[in-house]
Amino acid sequence: MPVIGLEVHAQLRTDSKLFCGCSTDYHDAEPNTHTCEVCLGMPGALPVMNESALDFGLRVSLALGCEVVEEQLFYRKNYFYPDLPKNFQITQYEFPVGVDGSITIQAGDGERAVGVRRVHLEEDPGRIVHMRNRSLLDYNRSGVPLLEIVTEPDMESPEEGREFLQRLRTTLEYLGVFEPLDGAMRADANVSIEGGSRVEVKNISSHRGAERALRYEITRQRNMLKRGSEAVLETRHFDEETGVTRPMRTKEEEADYRYFPEPNLPLIRVDEGMAGAAAEGVPELPDQRRERFREEYGVTDEHAKRLTAEKELADFYEDVAEAVEPRAAASHVVDELLGELNYRELSLDEWFEGVGRETAVEWETEIVEMLRGGEITDVSATDVLRDVLDEGRSPAAVVDEKGLTMEGADEALKCVEEVIGEHRETVEDYLSGKEEALNFLVGQVVRRSRGKISPREASDLFDERLEEEK
Amino acid sequence: MSAREQAESVRWGAEDPSGLLEAALEGARADDFNCFVTVDTDASPGDDDGLLAGQPVAVKDSITTEGLETTVGSKILKGYEPVFDAYVVERLREEGATVVGKTNCDEFCMGSTTETSAFGPTRNPLDPSLVPGGSSGGSGAAVAAGHVDLALGSDTGGSVRNPAAFTSTVGLKPTYGLLSRYGLIPYADSLETVGPMTRTVEDCALLLSAIGGRDPRDSTSRGERKRYEPTGLDEPVRVGVIEELVEGSDDGVKREVRDAVSSLDDAGHDAETVEMEGLDHVVSAYYVLAMSEASSNLARYDGVRYGAGPNERGRYDEVFAKVRGDNFGDEVKRRIMLGTYALSEGYSDRYYRKALLARRLIADEFDRLFSKVDLLLSPTMPVEPFRLGEALEDPLRMYLSDVCTVPANLAGIPAISVPAEEGEAVGVQLMGPEFSEELLLDAAREVELVR
Ligand SMILES: [Zn+2]
Repeated sequence: MPVIGLEVHAQLRTDSKLFCGCSTDYHDAEPNTHTCEVCLGMPGALPVMNESALDFGLRVSLALGCEVVEEQLFYRKNYFYPDLPKNFQITQYEFPVGVDGSITIQAGDGERAVGVRRVHLEEDPGRIVHMRNRSLLDYNRSGVPLLEIVTEPDMESPEEGREFLQRLRTTLEYLGVFEPLDGAMRADANVSIEGGSRVEVKNISSHRGAERALRYEITRQRNMLKRGSEAVLETRHFDEETGVTRPMRTKEEEADYRYFPEPNLPLIRVDEGMAGAAAEGVPELPDQRRERFREEYGVTDEHAKRLTAEKELADFYEDVAEAVEPRAAASHVVDELLGELNYRELSLDEWFEGVGRETAVEWETEIVEMLRGGEITDVSATDVLRDVLDEGRSPAAVVDEKGLTMEGADEALKCVEEVIGEHRETVEDYLSGKEEALNFLVGQVVRRSRGKISPREASDLFDERLEEEK
Repeated sequence: MSAREQAESVRWGAEDPSGLLEAALEGARADDFNCFVTVDTDASPGDDDGLLAGQPVAVKDSITTEGLETTVGSKILKGYEPVFDAYVVERLREEGATVVGKTNCDEFCMGSTTETSAFGPTRNPLDPSLVPGGSSGGSGAAVAAGHVDLALGSDTGGSVRNPAAFTSTVGLKPTYGLLSRYGLIPYADSLETVGPMTRTVEDCALLLSAIGGRDPRDSTSRGERKRYEPTGLDEPVRVGVIEELVEGSDDGVKREVRDAVSSLDDAGHDAETVEMEGLDHVVSAYYVLAMSEASSNLARYDGVRYGAGPNERGRYDEVFAKVRGDNFGDEVKRRIMLGTYALSEGYSDRYYRKALLARRLIADEFDRLFSKVDLLLSPTMPVEPFRLGEALEDPLRMYLSDVCTVPANLAGIPAISVPAEEGEAVGVQLMGPEFSEELLLDAAREVELVR
């Protein structure tokens, strides 16, 4: 059984950087436009703690069930690297924000708590862009607050690693402290298999990447064992493009960071006021919300779980469920809407961007309402949803134009009955297994309705109607 | 005329800021003692308003000045023009002063003689064959030579008081946190502070009043803006004379300091001998802490943005090593190496942590002493100024001569050096509890009056 631990770095979504007033909104900015003397490490500039980064750190600690450390201190981690303007990083060391928490993940059929050893704040280094024979430096990222979350070695498979990262990300999003921008979450993993040494894998930048990196690394270590050799204690670099891990130069792992307290930042005392404010900033978390969805809305556990996996989705569902019967809303959102969105490779966010979130809620509510009120059939509801997504028209407009109301459905059924009556022989052919006979029948219905009934709908109606006779 | 009187004249319109600047620039350009590393020939005259109306001020090269080259006496910062003024420089300008130039200092303030500067040594205006002390030797010499009445220095382990003693001027190391360190290029952040250097205690108080104030950009800044106007001591005070430091000094120093003590005694003050525990460890504790912090502070000078020639090529660590090897002087390299060692795994318990412990004990010892006396007195320097070149040959002797000044830095308390006798290169050091600057300045003024 592999043993996996993770060290996750997540950028916090504060307005300004950890120790200066520069904006953290640099992702689309020109290089080196979000900098000042502090984050460039100019001689004489001094760091000043960003209170809101600490508040975010406290929120995360509380949400992960950590014990909050009352007296916190920043240290200097000394090492030379070109992306580090001062050649030391200001980071919490012995006294972090929180210790001893956990995140519950799905593991096989059950659930397991993955221990969170510590949560601490530190500054992000700059970014190096390697060119063919030179390197360029962009300090926009330098000094952005990072939260490092270190787990216990409690995971046993690549899937669990991925699941952990997903859960963590959802939690951070729920807390409003994180935005999943490019490079905003990065991870290193410690991986070992029975009978082997611990290998550190660096440069994992997505949860999909985590699963691939872990899978590759475990396979590599197993193959070594099979060949009679054994993985050595080392640091390897994961290459996202090729999906393999490669050894890093040994020099870089023998570092002695010579930690000592940062003299320019006083001890942080977390008083009741700060802890209380942070606690107020912790909203209902996914697991709690899932529980509430089951109790308050009476939805199935599976639906509740799917709905709360993403904050955006859960919020959307709650807005819909406010106006219509919650269980009907849950099954339509999970079983129909998510499937159709997924098929179109459209995220909820992207859909909102297209039509507006309010409109999206309104339309989804309308579809569920019409379904519940018996105004349209399940089959036509699907049709309506597809048009709503593809063409950006309201459900009412689609229903109207296509005549998909129940009266329309009655007419369609009547039409199907007529065709069955008139083409009994073809029906018999179909029932005896000649699948292509159905095409003829469908064609008849479409023609008779002058296209109001779509081939798909007609074929569904035949299926339903002839099921009994089969 | 003192700077205080001169500023008064400027405010009344009797004196012209541009005339004052011109005179100062003339002196700075002539500069027989190599006080200045940069003279700001483009400086505009000061204002005719403010505490320092029209006053030309010399600023130690360890303090950033926007657009004016700032090197801290190091080749690695040659050509570096900061993009911001230090807080204290902002304050100077707000109070009507103008910066005439940057004064010479030991490279990154690492030295007690201003000889480790990459731009040559500064000479002592009292006797050019002697060093002016350091590391703020340029500022001390600029005041002693009469180029300016007001200068800023910085004091990590005595760097303001030592040159004040050697050049027979006044130098104050305020309470840690009284003055913002924003823009003070760090040697050892936890120990150092900016300090005023002047000819008289009155001007020292004036300059301190001008540069004070709480600065949100320095989280350790705790000072309030305040006007200091020392007049001497109206009431008798208890002065504890640290006998071990007097006794351990050269004869000339011993004699001058004892004379100053007698004068205070004669003036009705209660001078008593006190014993201070832990003095054996202050120099080593100080150097371990200072060098440790320095090894980290100076890491940023790596050739990426400072010190690289245009043709440096190679792996980053090779370039870093080359640039640092080529540009740092011997004393700086020595302290970086020792500091790196003191912080290394397996050694930090024995050195860095032990030094922190010694530091706490010294602070406790000061608390104990200040429960018995109002002020402590010692020589500023246990020796008279070295001859040029003398200290470089024997760094250990130079380090040991910091024994009187480093305790105040370890404990963060204020200390002032005032000449024992006008024109003599011997300083009397007075130390007080945290934020006792007012008392300290009054006491130093009293020494001026009774000596
Ligand atoms: Zn900045």
